[in-house]
Amino acid sequence: MKKITISGFGGQGVLSLGKFISYSAMFQNLNTSWLPSYGPEMRGGTSNCSVIYSEEPIAAPVIDHPDYLLAFNDPSLAKFEDSVRPGGTILINSDIVTTDVKRKDVTVYKIPVDTIAQEINPKGGNIIMLGILLELFGDLKEEFAIQAIEHVFENKPKVIPINIECLKKGREYIKNLKK
Amino acid sequence: MIVQKKPQLLTDTPLHYCPGCTHGIVHRLVAESIEELGMCDNAIGVMPVGCAVFGYNYFKCDMLQAAHGRAPSVSTGVKRVHPDALVFSYQGDGDCSSIGMCETVHAAARGENFTIIFINNGIYGMTGGQMAPTTMEGVKATTCIYGRDPKINGNPIHVAEMLATLTGPCYIERVACDNPAHVNAAKKAIKKAFELQIAKKGFTFIEVLASCPSNYHLTPLDAQKFVTERAIPFYPLGVIKDTTKEEK
Amino acid sequence: MKKLWKGNEAIAEAAIAAGCRYFFGYPITPQNEIPEYMSWRLNEVGGSFVQAESEVSAINMVYGAAGAGGRAMTSSSSPGISLKQEGISYLAGAMVPCVIINMMRSGPGLGGIQPSQGDYFQATKGGGHGDYHCIVYAPASIQEFVDITYKAFDTADRYRVPVMLIGDGMLGQMMEPAEIPPMKNINRLPKKDWAVDCNNGGTQRLINSIKIDANELEEHNIHLAQIYEEIAKKETEVETYLCDDAEYIFVAYGSVARICKASIDELRKEGIKAGLIRPITLYPYPTKTIAKYAKKRIVKKFVTVELSMGQMVEDVRLAVNGKKPVEFYGRAGGNVMMPGDLVKYIKEGK
Repeated sequence: MKKITISGFGGQGVLSLGKFISYSAMFQNLNTSWLPSYGPEMRGGTSNCSVIYSEEPIAAPVIDHPDYLLAFNDPSLAKFEDSVRPGGTILINSDIVTTDVKRKDVTVYKIPVDTIAQEINPKGGNIIMLGILLELFGDLKEEFAIQAIEHVFENKPKVIPINIECLKKGREYIKNLKK
Repeated sequence: MIVQKKPQLLTDTPLHYCPGCTHGIVHRLVAESIEELGMCDNAIGVMPVGCAVFGYNYFKCDMLQAAHGRAPSVSTGVKRVHPDALVFSYQGDGDCSSIGMCETVHAAARGENFTIIFINNGIYGMTGGQMAPTTMEGVKATTCIYGRDPKINGNPIHVAEMLATLTGPCYIERVACDNPAHVNAAKKAIKKAFELQIAKKGFTFIEVLASCPSNYHLTPLDAQKFVTERAIPFYPLGVIKDTTKEEK
Repeated sequence: MKKLWKGNEAIAEAAIAAGCRYFFGYPITPQNEIPEYMSWRLNEVGGSFVQAESEVSAINMVYGAAGAGGRAMTSSSSPGISLKQEGISYLAGAMVPCVIINMMRSGPGLGGIQPSQGDYFQATKGGGHGDYHCIVYAPASIQEFVDITYKAFDTADRYRVPVMLIGDGMLGQMMEPAEIPPMKNINRLPKKDWAVDCNNGGTQRLINSIKIDANELEEHNIHLAQIYEEIAKKETEVETYLCDDAEYIFVAYGSVARICKASIDELRKEGIKAGLIRPITLYPYPTKTIAKYAKKRIVKKFVTVELSMGQMVEDVRLAVNGKKPVEFYGRAGGNVMMPGDLVKYIKEGK
């Protein structure tokens, strides 16, 4: 089971990144849940979602201690840093986030996702992150992530190739970083 | 030769209305119109809360009894299921223009294809003569015992004229039943509204100026005279909106 | 085929599959996806959608459409459900079946829009005036919401009662894989020999809740009570989770029950035997199941967990009937307890 909290400004693709993970897990025949924050905080403020996938049925769709925190802006890091389980992972969009992670008991990756995405698809920062996650998770297969992209962009087939490219680029980036 | 007979659509149940009340006449006009249009087997009525709450006892067609003021919403729901049925709601002034004004206005604005028969006697009959939205200035009611004073009680509403400002309604007419000529005109108006509904022209609204001898404390004849002398000058009779004329 | 569904949209599609062709609603967060979905989807299947001028009007449109024999539904959230209560009482009185969805938000008054279970009393103890009940379901997952919505129309028709499904903003907004059951052929649904449809060969059909004669009305009240008794016998639904050896039993419904399950899994890892009784129907209430466990010697206490300041806990106490302590853990205002909170609560109170 993996529990992921994703948080950032509206418009950064935070909620849709969560959906991509859930779709990938579903296509891989896993159980999954996607729970967004909703209401006025959606309008311009920080939005977040809780995503879980698991071989077992998912009990609580809420997450108190995520395995992964994806922080796309500073307020998100401030809000959720302490909640990450010891030994968990924090991924930061370093194009936006300027504060440092204080926790010493977690793995931190600072990734300039927007910069990486820029030359392929300026809106593809979240898909870059999806590629990175595939590599870090290790148990979600790329073919299902591609299926998820194809499904979500069913009505915009033109953008499918550039998003798949983002996915692969993200994966490649983290592979190199880990070396 | 039969000059006048009871419409088939009405039951033999004795009416519970007070002597001199206009409901009985309007029931007959509605029933006759439906019968003449050959719609007896294809009509659905929605009754209000008010004196006509037991109206379903007098009509043989399928009926629904609605919550106070909600008949236009109920009719909207019925019409969606049976678009070819002739659907009418039959409502008093408290029901249609006070508690149910919102439903009335929005059904009219949507142009729902049913007919409201609006009985305006300017008073709450069933509950014992309280002030209605249509009670005229100076008229006494049990909640304005010295007569309606706009400074204290607000002003009466011209419902038909107000609805005529909307795009949705197709045909709006105000009629009265204070003399035989007016009764005949009322019949024509009701029948025309039903015809337009059958032709799927949209929302139709007939306001009937009615008497309430019991609560005005008048004899049946004087109650009719009240309609003639007081109500009609304030609520003028006639066609207030008719988009079918504009079409020609 | 399983699809990733947002709760509200899955409910709407399940209703259509069940033969619902008439929907009347009014915007209110967090259930807006239901009317939005219905507005285009009903058009595709030859049904009818009206955005009513108010919740009051919407429920009365349901009364009209369902009284005319259609499968009709409305949805709203707490403040809007309050406005519908008059209409629900009339539906119950006139025995007009329909389905009502309440995606609860926090109150009282305008309150907030975050998840809550503050409408338990309203849903199960009446809500509107008079002596009536709705069948009340509290699904805990999107698949369960789909399955219960699908059968709710049949259940409503069978007993001629309004059926209410209550969830919370969490269940309405979240996404989970779910499968929609097959589309029912609406022409093959059981005929309604009571509905107004102008097709009765001269005998009047009447949808009515006024019975001015005391004896006639009492007879009607008794008739309704008999129906509710039969419903209690046949329709009560409850899930138990790891209760057989449990010393601590949570009682919770809807999304909160899932949070309890997660905390039970944690507790059991630490050797603490916890279990869950999850009422699926809130009316009729699974009193017998709770009473059965209250008699077991091994059970030390019950903990009712709700997103309220304590409503269902009263029914748990009635069922336990003093045999075991009944404690209450609640969050309100839209705050949601975490599995860890319940783990801590049980460990500290041992």
